[in-house]
Amino acid sequence: MSKFWRWFWGLVIGVPIAVFSVWALATNERLFLVTLLNGLTLASLYFIVAAGFTLVFGLMRNVNLAHGSLYLLGGYLGYVLAEHTGWYLAAVAIGFAGAALAGLAMQVSIFRFMPGEDLRQTMVTIGLSIVIADILLWIFGGQVHQLSPPDWLNGPWRGLPVINAYSKFRLALLPLGIAIGVLLWLFLNRTRVGMLIRAGVDDRGMLSASGVNVNLVFAITFAIGAGLAGLGGVIGAVELSMVPGEDVRMLLASLVVVIVGGMGSVVGAALGAIILGVAETFGLAYAPTYSVVFTFVILVLVLAFRPRGILGQPA
Amino acid sequence: MSAAQWRKAMNSGAQAQAWPRQRRIAPAAGAGSVPEAAGENAVAWPQWIGQRVSARHVIVMLAVLVYPWVATPFFTFQIGGQSLVLGLIALSLTFLAGYGGMVSLAQMTVAGIAGYAVAIFGTSSMAEISLGWPWWLVVGIAVAIATVCATFIGWLSVRTEGIYTIMITLAIGMAFYYLTVQNYSVLNGWQGFQRVLAPTVAGLDLRSPVPFYYLALFWALAGYFFVKYLVRTPFGIALQGIRDNARRMNALGFNVTAHRIAAYAVAGLIAAVGGVLMTWYNGLVTPGSVGVSGLINILIIAVLGGMRHPIGPFLGAIVFVLLQNFAIDVFDRERFNLVIGAMFLAIVLFSPDGLLGLWVRLRARLEGADAQSRISTRGASRRL
Repeated sequence: MSKFWRWFWGLVIGVPIAVFSVWALATNERLFLVTLLNGLTLASLYFIVAAGFTLVFGLMRNVNLAHGSLYLLGGYLGYVLAEHTGWYLAAVAIGFAGAALAGLAMQVSIFRFMPGEDLRQTMVTIGLSIVIADILLWIFGGQVHQLSPPDWLNGPWRGLPVINAYSKFRLALLPLGIAIGVLLWLFLNRTRVGMLIRAGVDDRGMLSASGVNVNLVFAITFAIGAGLAGLGGVIGAVELSMVPGEDVRMLLASLVVVIVGGMGSVVGAALGAIILGVAETFGLAYAPTYSVVFTFVILVLVLAFRPRGILGQPA
Repeated sequence: MSAAQWRKAMNSGAQAQAWPRQRRIAPAAGAGSVPEAAGENAVAWPQWIGQRVSARHVIVMLAVLVYPWVATPFFTFQIGGQSLVLGLIALSLTFLAGYGGMVSLAQMTVAGIAGYAVAIFGTSSMAEISLGWPWWLVVGIAVAIATVCATFIGWLSVRTEGIYTIMITLAIGMAFYYLTVQNYSVLNGWQGFQRVLAPTVAGLDLRSPVPFYYLALFWALAGYFFVKYLVRTPFGIALQGIRDNARRMNALGFNVTAHRIAAYAVAGLIAAVGGVLMTWYNGLVTPGSVGVSGLINILIIAVLGGMRHPIGPFLGAIVFVLLQNFAIDVFDRERFNLVIGAMFLAIVLFSPDGLLGLWVRLRARLEGADAQSRISTRGASRRL
């Protein structure tokens, strides 16, 4: 894109946002700042879940529509453990491990046998998501499960300027999201397995031709991607709540995040998560009955001008 | 997905050989033969009918016509009517996916848009919102709006191709669902619209089982023959060419994007008619109709039946509706999703061509080499 167009789009998008921000700050600065924080903490959760989705898609071209079900699975597993033992960190670990194992089982027992058939793989994930969602409904019923945060993150953090108080747990999500993003970046850019994954994203055929066990790389990636969904589930069990239907919501969020951010790109997932999280919470705060329209408009605009997503590379 | 992968997913070598109808299309693809064939057909109508209409067509046609006179009202309406309506909506997906290579999950959304339009412009229990216009105007507007929306969805999703289509259409469908839940001023939120009833036309109450069955049957047959006709027109042939190799068709001078969007528009028209019928069948339209399970049910029906022939979605719909109504007796009612999900998984894993693929494979095995030779001679005679 030439310098002129970059400036042009910067102005077209930036000026209305700046005008809105000034107006909102002038009328009710507390509402604006709280909404912004809510948006960023929601974005943190979206990023954790969508990063797994985009990782799996980028390497295997597998659109894992059961990603939301893995999120729900991790959340319920963490809920059960935290209810019995009261250790929140153990719940996070079991959420990650349980979903990772489920993802590993899916890759090893099904998807390994249909390489390259991405449509069929996607249909299998649809079937799996129906089955997993129904089994979870069978076990846990339709009522709302709410996990309470650990004591050291419970309650609000008081004495903040302007907004007075804000939930400690939600605030803790910001550094957590950043930490996971940095860890993922280090893993992908500084380790051997990460290097193999990046090589696989660029050219699967070449990777396997150079003697790498691609199936192993695929299995590791699928486990990490699914595990991130499960980890997000335990966080979501506190921040939102666990109820049938949340899986669909998280799936939509993951889809929009990776479509907007660019498929297969972790940085794109972060960008998409921030855009979606902030847009969704501002929509809910300032135009409650049309908030999903903002999500839709963002989706349409990105598809219209950058069909591969903001940071997407042509396949 | 690329064309080659699509074929791999929906097709295996053995079935492609054992599939007579695919062979019938092939001769017409030669550009020169099309006008000749048309002229020949105009002269020899009886021969044309004799060639195309076999005993099983007549039997099936008689069976669906006589069906409401032998079945109870429950079977006529709940099983027959619902299968036809769901089959019609799934037919739009079969057309898009089977002939255009684009698996859209938003077909139920298009149907739902038509349903919402019927409720908003027509009559419902929400008198504050519904405008109460006459039914013929309402149906026209609803179908037009839904077709325009389908074209827009198509325009959006053909900007990328392959597996991205399924993601984008799913995201669009879910976004519409959340809009219907959220919005109370126009779409009446979670409750949706109740008592959206079929009209009484010329003394015939379209709400009662038998007239509704025939109404649904008429439109199902219309959709079926429309798709069968369309895939043999130059447009349909070009669409199948694009499905198989978009780059080559582009090199031949076909506008790939325009053909794809047109396919979305046609599929949208079919889904819109199905959506109006679905709304009349249910007597209501709510967010539940366009929820994710609704979107996926259409895919399940289309895949269950098989996407290689327009009869597939109707077969799939019959199986789906029978399961939905009678799985209660065998399993727990609450576990319907588990049953249908497991069945869908089994079909996708073991018979990607659906029930039609199973049937073709079964027949090939029963008749063995005999069937193979008969098909090849039939293909040869048509080529002459």
